[in-house]
Amino acid sequence: MRNVLLFIRRYHTFLLFLLLQIISWWFLASFNRFHEARFLTAAQEVTGSINSRYDRVEDFFQLRAENERVHQLNDSLLQLLPANTLLVDTQQIEKEEITLDSVKRLRRYVYRPATVIYNTVNEEKNYFQIDRGSAQGIRENMAVLNSDGSAVGVIVFVSPNFAQAMSLLHVQQRVNAALKKTGDFGTLEWDGAHPDRLILKGIPKSLFLKIGDTVVTSTYSFNFPPGKMLGTVSALSTDKRTNFHVIEVKPAANFRNLQQVFVVENLQMDEQVNLNREARKRIEDPKNRKP
Amino acid sequence: MTGFIRYFFRALLLVAVQVYLLNKVPHLHRLVLPSLYFVFVLWLPFSMSRTGLLFTSFLLGLSVDYFSLTPGLHAAACVLIAYLRPYLITILMPRDTQEFQYPEPAVKAMQWAPYVVYILILSFVHHFYLTFLQWLSVGSFWSFLGKTLLGTLISFLLILTADLLFPRQQSYRTNTA
Repeated sequence: MRNVLLFIRRYHTFLLFLLLQIISWWFLASFNRFHEARFLTAAQEVTGSINSRYDRVEDFFQLRAENERVHQLNDSLLQLLPANTLLVDTQQIEKEEITLDSVKRLRRYVYRPATVIYNTVNEEKNYFQIDRGSAQGIRENMAVLNSDGSAVGVIVFVSPNFAQAMSLLHVQQRVNAALKKTGDFGTLEWDGAHPDRLILKGIPKSLFLKIGDTVVTSTYSFNFPPGKMLGTVSALSTDKRTNFHVIEVKPAANFRNLQQVFVVENLQMDEQVNLNREARKRIEDPKNRKP
Repeated sequence: MTGFIRYFFRALLLVAVQVYLLNKVPHLHRLVLPSLYFVFVLWLPFSMSRTGLLFTSFLLGLSVDYFSLTPGLHAAACVLIAYLRPYLITILMPRDTQEFQYPEPAVKAMQWAPYVVYILILSFVHHFYLTFLQWLSVGSFWSFLGKTLLGTLISFLLILTADLLFPRQQSYRTNTA
């Protein structure tokens, strides 16, 4: 026992060094794997309040671009107003018995507005922080859309008043994407090289593509509403080893001046995820496999 | 006490510069990630105990980490340079001046050549370890190498610029006072 104490006394600096290193590695490993870390909830409340103060100043420099995006979105919404269309003259239609109200629709997506208060594009793993948290109904895995409706990220960590989102500019981000023209789907990724170049994978060579084709979120995505703009094809090449195109996509959102965003909740997401998991379990579990 | 307040504000300033200025510079190249905050560890006083050095550096690294959402990454690198710092100072400073005449490492206190070597080695170690930890989760060998070397170079230039722009007023310590 005495020797142990002597050892600790002699090497206490080195032992402290090792201890602090191990704590750092533990933080890093748990964050990389589950996006969780000790004290992160408390730390985020502090960084969030400082960031939101700083953001008040920074926002002024992005107002013009922001205004244009909002105006475009307003324009597209104005096109949908019922006042734009005329009602059909019902007197000329023969009456039928309608037992089911076929006009009634179920709500699937809920939009919540938020402000981006901290954002980077230079790292390989970029996150941005928004000023809404669990107290305002934000949950993990919700999608984040820019003020013009284009996709920008997914929420990964939530504290009471703030939330962190994984940007599309994150090497671990995978978004279910589809070509607007044909509906063929692939995966949108980022290789960490340049913030204006995303990579679309999984589109077969047999498909005819042109530069400028639109890439939107796919209907298969659990968190993103379908048909939201992701970007446009900016360069095309073929990989001889595989049967797929190598497609570079210019993102629709300018990640350098994110300001106002929408957080989108898919109300059926839990059900979809559960169904997916149960189905997999039933098929892949060896107990359920028929001989 | 005044010393503590001075270092506290220096840490606040450096973290703010790192988080709001250097992390947000327009994207130049994927390998260019300027970093300056760790100069706080290099500029801590000679008289600080090694335990104190380790704890202070850990807290500094962690505060940058929580802003950039990389918990533990910068903390690990800062703790490493804080651990190596005393050994490097003993090697670089002449042996007979155990009683340091200036409170903290600077050009005046160490002369140009040893100070430049001191900055270069610790910046390199910091960037090497930082990018190595990042490389474990993502990236290729060449991006690791390029990031380490370019990062060291940029940090070195930034530190020298900071040294020239903001000369730290250091009083010469004598026995008479």
